[in-house]
Amino acid sequence: MPKDHGIGAASKRREDVRFLTGTGNYTDDINLPRQLYVHFLRSDIAHGEIRHIDTSTAEGMPGVKRVFTGKDFEGVGGLPCGWQVTDRHGAPMQEPAHPVIAQGKVRHVGEILAAVVADSRERARDAAEAIEFDIAELPAVVDMKAALASDAPKVHEDLTSNLCYDWGFVEDNRDKVDEAIRTAAHVTTLELVNNRLVANPMEPRVAVGDYHRATDESTLYTTSQNPHVIRLLMGAFVLGIPEHKLRVVAPDVGGGFGSKIFHYAEEAFVTFAARQLGRPVKWTSTRSEAFMSDAHGRDHVTKIELALDADHNFTAIRTETHANMGAYLSTFAPSVPTWLHGTLMAGNYRTPAIYVNVKAVFTNTVPVDAYRGAGRPEATYQLERVIDKAARELGVDPVELRRKNFVTEFPYATPVAVEYDTGDYNATMDKLAEIADFAGFEARRKESEARGKLRGLGVNCYIEACGIAPSNLVGQLGARAGLYDAATVRVNATGSISVMVGAHSHGQGHETSFPQVIAEMLGIDESQVDIVHGDTSKIPFGMGTYGSRSIAVCGSAMVRATEKVIAKAKKIAAHLLEASEADIELKDGQFTVAGTDKSVAWGDVTLAAYVPHNYPLEDIEPGLEETAFYDPANFTFPAGAYACEVEVDPETGKVTIERFAAADDFGNVINPMIVDGQVHGGLAQGIGQALLENCAYDANGQLVSASYMDYAMPRADDVPFYAVDHSCQTPCTHNPLGVKGCGEAGAIGSPPSVVNAVIDALHSGGHKVAHIDMPLTPSRVWAAMQG
Amino acid sequence: MYAFDFVRPKSLNEAVEALQPEEAMALGGGQTLIPTLKQRLASPSKLVSLKGVEEIRGICRDDQGRVCIGGGTTHAEVAAGVPEYPALAALAANIGDPAVRNRGTIGGSLANNDPSACYPAAALASGATIVTNTREIAADDYFEGMFMTALEEGEIITEVRFPVPQAANYQKFEQPASRFALVGVFVAKFEDGVRVAVTGASEEGVFRWTEAEEALSSNFSPDAVQGLSVPAEGMIGDLHGSPEYRAHLVGVMTRRAVAAAG
Repeated sequence: MPKDHGIGAASKRREDVRFLTGTGNYTDDINLPRQLYVHFLRSDIAHGEIRHIDTSTAEGMPGVKRVFTGKDFEGVGGLPCGWQVTDRHGAPMQEPAHPVIAQGKVRHVGEILAAVVADSRERARDAAEAIEFDIAELPAVVDMKAALASDAPKVHEDLTSNLCYDWGFVEDNRDKVDEAIRTAAHVTTLELVNNRLVANPMEPRVAVGDYHRATDESTLYTTSQNPHVIRLLMGAFVLGIPEHKLRVVAPDVGGGFGSKIFHYAEEAFVTFAARQLGRPVKWTSTRSEAFMSDAHGRDHVTKIELALDADHNFTAIRTETHANMGAYLSTFAPSVPTWLHGTLMAGNYRTPAIYVNVKAVFTNTVPVDAYRGAGRPEATYQLERVIDKAARELGVDPVELRRKNFVTEFPYATPVAVEYDTGDYNATMDKLAEIADFAGFEARRKESEARGKLRGLGVNCYIEACGIAPSNLVGQLGARAGLYDAATVRVNATGSISVMVGAHSHGQGHETSFPQVIAEMLGIDESQVDIVHGDTSKIPFGMGTYGSRSIAVCGSAMVRATEKVIAKAKKIAAHLLEASEADIELKDGQFTVAGTDKSVAWGDVTLAAYVPHNYPLEDIEPGLEETAFYDPANFTFPAGAYACEVEVDPETGKVTIERFAAADDFGNVINPMIVDGQVHGGLAQGIGQALLENCAYDANGQLVSASYMDYAMPRADDVPFYAVDHSCQTPCTHNPLGVKGCGEAGAIGSPPSVVNAVIDALHSGGHKVAHIDMPLTPSRVWAAMQG
Repeated sequence: MYAFDFVRPKSLNEAVEALQPEEAMALGGGQTLIPTLKQRLASPSKLVSLKGVEEIRGICRDDQGRVCIGGGTTHAEVAAGVPEYPALAALAANIGDPAVRNRGTIGGSLANNDPSACYPAAALASGATIVTNTREIAADDYFEGMFMTALEEGEIITEVRFPVPQAANYQKFEQPASRFALVGVFVAKFEDGVRVAVTGASEEGVFRWTEAEEALSSNFSPDAVQGLSVPAEGMIGDLHGSPEYRAHLVGVMTRRAVAAAG
């Protein structure tokens, strides 16, 4: 019998009432008295030297308050990078300055050249068109390998080259891996591209800056996944505003997928300009601006080699990746191809020797940073593609080859520095075989063939490191921040509870799932608990939401704080019941003296805490509010197995996904309906990457796919009805809820199975195609079939 | 968008009058023009909405049995209003999404002549007549290349007259992002021969594939065009498909259209 309450119940998402009835409060809904508007003049040249900017005409136009250029920001800090990677020779990465407004040069299409603040959006835009500028165009570097040529134009002339870093991991494994590959019975090699993507959250970015001269306080309202991170970065590194004078509010946010983690120039600008002008300043991104100013995702070019012995045991993996950083280092960009990628290269398999080399490269393109999965999809994709290719070369069943090499004993220390605490990869594969109906595939293939279509089945496994992250560990790896989280559980006098959390919900359903945990712990109704998030003036210092971390890290903090509340409430109850604290039990919202019928209700205890007339004031303080910070001991390791079944139209190359099944192990699950939804969304994004989405530049650095006319987002009819299952549960061993996180799994786990399925379909039609790079558009599949 | 004057005349004569100034532009359903204005890529002094001109809206039949569709008729109205020409109704029903179909008009689409639009293929394959406030133009004389037509400044499409073929079908292979036609082929079989019009593929815009027409006129079956192909030269090459791919799809879509037309 499924639960209807507390942990494990499919409680309906309470936040949907406001989202579905148009009563949410998004950043663009915030309009302040005397508000001004900024229009950013953005470069339409990828690389050029700014010779001259004349704003005088623009400044005299109707409604214009002021025009800002790079000169106005000469004394202001640049946008900081939050992660320093050390290269394989021990040197720090090359870290260029990242100005709020371009200074001297423009380095990508979309970079801000000037900003016009006026009393309306249209007037600001009118004036922006009157800005005269002279930019001497320089040759653009777009292709990563070309960017590393010795005579390539430099994106940053003060750096020695376009190489940000050359990272080796684990450097000590290098010789061992080389030797294993040299002596292997079989080596499968695959070169592939992990295509550049645009995150495209439904809500474009918005920022409103406000300043009160009387109190010297600045407020930034912004579309962020992590308001405290923005406060820290912008206050300390860009504008020099002490934290007690800076408030960052991220109200309802319409999706982020990573792109709203980072601190952006527009946020710093509106906060700065509001202080300068003494009036609120608002910016609302258009979709066109989003394409050229939101950080992009992925964009790796990789060569992977998998060595096997004569019995088909994996003996070594060697990979070389070029990772595109774009023109500047976005907030967490250096960590994505390194620590979020190399550490996952073991996958679900026992491979004794692994070496990962990553060259991060500057190009004249929009900065690239974390996008749903961030590094882990890139690791999963290459590994699961090369295993499939190996199985085909060796003539063995790709599922059996995987099973043969599964990690089966836990904890398991990989050769790439992480230790998997728990898992059961055979169990998820067994479940997958059942829900994907492997047994019925051949019959379905014949039925497709009868209709002139090629049918293929593709399978892959995945593992991800979530619950980001142990602070001391990431500190050693170059993070310039801690990655704990925090929660304050404020019990009100009549027993209702407000929980202030550092996590930020922008589609994840925290307002529903977090109360389920507290309701379970206290035995009270979920409706008695509300979550407060997204405002640094209300919540404790938490690090926000990304990396499938919210329930695993912030949820754990909430559990710890609730445990403190329970401990104190038991003391109060013991006093009220005239019993020993050790004898007090809490069940179903009642404190009972063990072995007796003496009890006192939750609400009576909370009232006593705030109306302490009969209260042990000499022993404990009044009130009932506790805060906990939680720093995880390890990552969590969600894992699973996915299967995709496609039909390919051999005449046109068009791929149709007929079936998709996902068997995930997320450990314990708080709300299975929300987990289903997270998996569905992730699968849509993974399928989008595999079949549709492609952020493309031409050789001059012009963004070719700059709108939905050319950038193909998955639509409802591009994806099938999914079979998802998360009944295989090996609880996380090191956090109090036994949870692992589910937000990114779908996007990480799905691209390889889609591509594996298409390759399988083509082979069934006699097309010996080894690989096609994503997205597998009809034209690419057709071209591959032509040989 | 830039500022402009906006008028909504009630009659064709008023609309023609309102379009006299050089910088005035006619606004049909606005499915291309409004996004263009929002991007500040057009700056008309005056927009003349045709939405209020009832006389260019609606569907009727003339004494030659032609389906006559007013220039201001929406795609949704065509989808529901031409049961005797199911291929045309199906084409209209598959343009864009419901919002597009409820706003966009046949006159607006033909006046714009987007190289990937669906209606130009239907008009050209049907041998339709484009009627304006001043004259009648045969479809064969109307389309003059990408976004180019025989229309003069200020000329308004009042009606499009479609002869109804014995059999017809439109096959659209969608560009994955925009879902415009990457290649669309409209095949129409008349008593005196077959017409085949191709949209989406050519750098010259919609065109007739005369080689296929000749083959199909003597044998209306997919086999008749099995060995035929259009040259890749002159086909559009972009992110979504090479000229070779588009040329290949012209053959595939033609065969499928013939098979579906029956």
